[in-house]
Amino acid sequence: MEISKLQKKLNEGKFVITSEIGPGKGTNLEFLKEADELKDKVDAINVTDLQSSVMRLGSLATCHLLIERGFEPIFQITCRDRNRLALQSDLLSAYVLGIRNVLCLTGDHPILGDHPESKPVFDLDSVSLLKVASMLMEGKDMKGNQLDGSPHFFLGAVVSPGYEPLELQIIKMEKKIEAGAKFFQTQAVYDLKKFEEFMKKVEKYKVPILGGIVLLKSAGMAKYMNENVAGVSVPDRYIEMMAKAKKEDRVKVSLQIGAELIKGMKGMCQGVHIMPLGWDKYVPELLSLSNLI
Amino acid sequence: MIYSELKIFEEILKITKEENLLLLACNGCAEVCKVSDDKSISEIEEKLKTNGKKIKRIIKIDFMCNKNLIVRKLSRFINDFSDNFGILVFSCGIGVQCVSNVIEKPIYPATNTIYLGGFQGLWPGEERCAECGMCYLGITGGICPITFCTKQLINGPCGGTNNGKCEIDSEKDCGWALIYEKLKRIEKLEILKEYQEPRNYKLCEPTGKIRKKIFYDVDKNEEL
Ligand code: SF4
Ligand code: SF4
Repeated sequence: MEISKLQKKLNEGKFVITSEIGPGKGTNLEFLKEADELKDKVDAINVTDLQSSVMRLGSLATCHLLIERGFEPIFQITCRDRNRLALQSDLLSAYVLGIRNVLCLTGDHPILGDHPESKPVFDLDSVSLLKVASMLMEGKDMKGNQLDGSPHFFLGAVVSPGYEPLELQIIKMEKKIEAGAKFFQTQAVYDLKKFEEFMKKVEKYKVPILGGIVLLKSAGMAKYMNENVAGVSVPDRYIEMMAKAKKEDRVKVSLQIGAELIKGMKGMCQGVHIMPLGWDKYVPELLSLSNLI
Repeated sequence: MIYSELKIFEEILKITKEENLLLLACNGCAEVCKVSDDKSISEIEEKLKTNGKKIKRIIKIDFMCNKNLIVRKLSRFINDFSDNFGILVFSCGIGVQCVSNVIEKPIYPATNTIYLGGFQGLWPGEERCAECGMCYLGITGGICPITFCTKQLINGPCGGTNNGKCEIDSEKDCGWALIYEKLKRIEKLEILKEYQEPRNYKLCEPTGKIRKKIFYDVDKNEEL
């Protein structure tokens, strides 16, 4: 049985790097080239599951294609559009297709996507999905029926260090750990001090945490996130840096900010999770600025 | 009319964390469904006592969905009770929410409100009950997670809560933010740590027996 390399590296206490790709809307596989930029530079790549509730190519198939190309994927699976039958079945399918890392999420509401009229499912939630995946690993489905051959996964979940009230977020994190989460990726972090306080609070759980990095593309994007993205607050200093940068320097400044955050996180958590949102080609430079390659 | 059934006693015992209890019974629909009649109440009272609970009082209220009636009946003495004290409510999900809305104490439903295929009663207030058949109000401080959370989540909030509002509508309160605030005020946050098993959607189909028992029969009996 092949085990997750991500798990192995975290077990060895090494700082890990994960990144993320989003499949396209249609059968065109051009987007896989984004992943090629990351070859041998990151430990694993998340594949988003109908990100922002927009109908697209699936995460499961894309993870499989990544494995064929020599990458280690992290299969993101949400409860938005599959009931407990489909979720369990997809987890089994993932395993036979070679997928070892699974990130369990509740998922965005379909109203936020391009099919707002669709029926929201949410039969399970992130916590019960983790629990069900753990049961499958023990050779039983969620009703206790015996499986003929069981999967082995490295189960992950997400946590939002900037969430208010943080206490509530930590209660949920604790539930996820009890349900089987073995690693966490975080929402985008811009405030290292706040992140450090968060890390101190959750240290006791001894679960590896990968700090989230989203590269700022402009001052406008930062302001938009501050207003609309839960748990994200970009400090004014970064917004000013982005606003002042000339158009041709923006990437440079953005990478500087990203590298500053990654370097800061290095002593605090067990890895970083970089969400490039299309800027995959800059990830290698970001990593080298951060002294990670 | 809203139809409710008593929870199994083991569940009532599990959700009521406190030693001292007030039993609050509705004289309206719940009495008609025989969940709050004298016989049911005294049976539960006895069982609670045998399990070490102290029943401080039993109070009947004509309509639990009338917040004024609740306040009038309880205001005189409710503050005499504080330590290790909770209220067990025998009414439909709306009634339980109404009690929780006007009384800042731990409140537990003794009943499950049963799905009747969309029949909702005639409640005009902001509380909603979707008749989920396994009332969760005891773990949420009396705020319904099924009707106040857009995703009907039972294990805590999703990641979308923004400044206390729901991810789908910046004017709609996030149900879980409300639940958190309420549980914090009544010092019951630890309840949130309990894992909730996935919901039982089998309960979302009224059985033939219930269909007959509730209003279908009433229709037939009324002759012109
Ligand atoms: S949890 Fe909500 S929907 Fe379910 S019975 Fe209670 S009040 Fe009704
Ligand atoms: S934001 Fe709050 S109310 Fe909306 S779906 Fe998430 S937890 Fe439920």
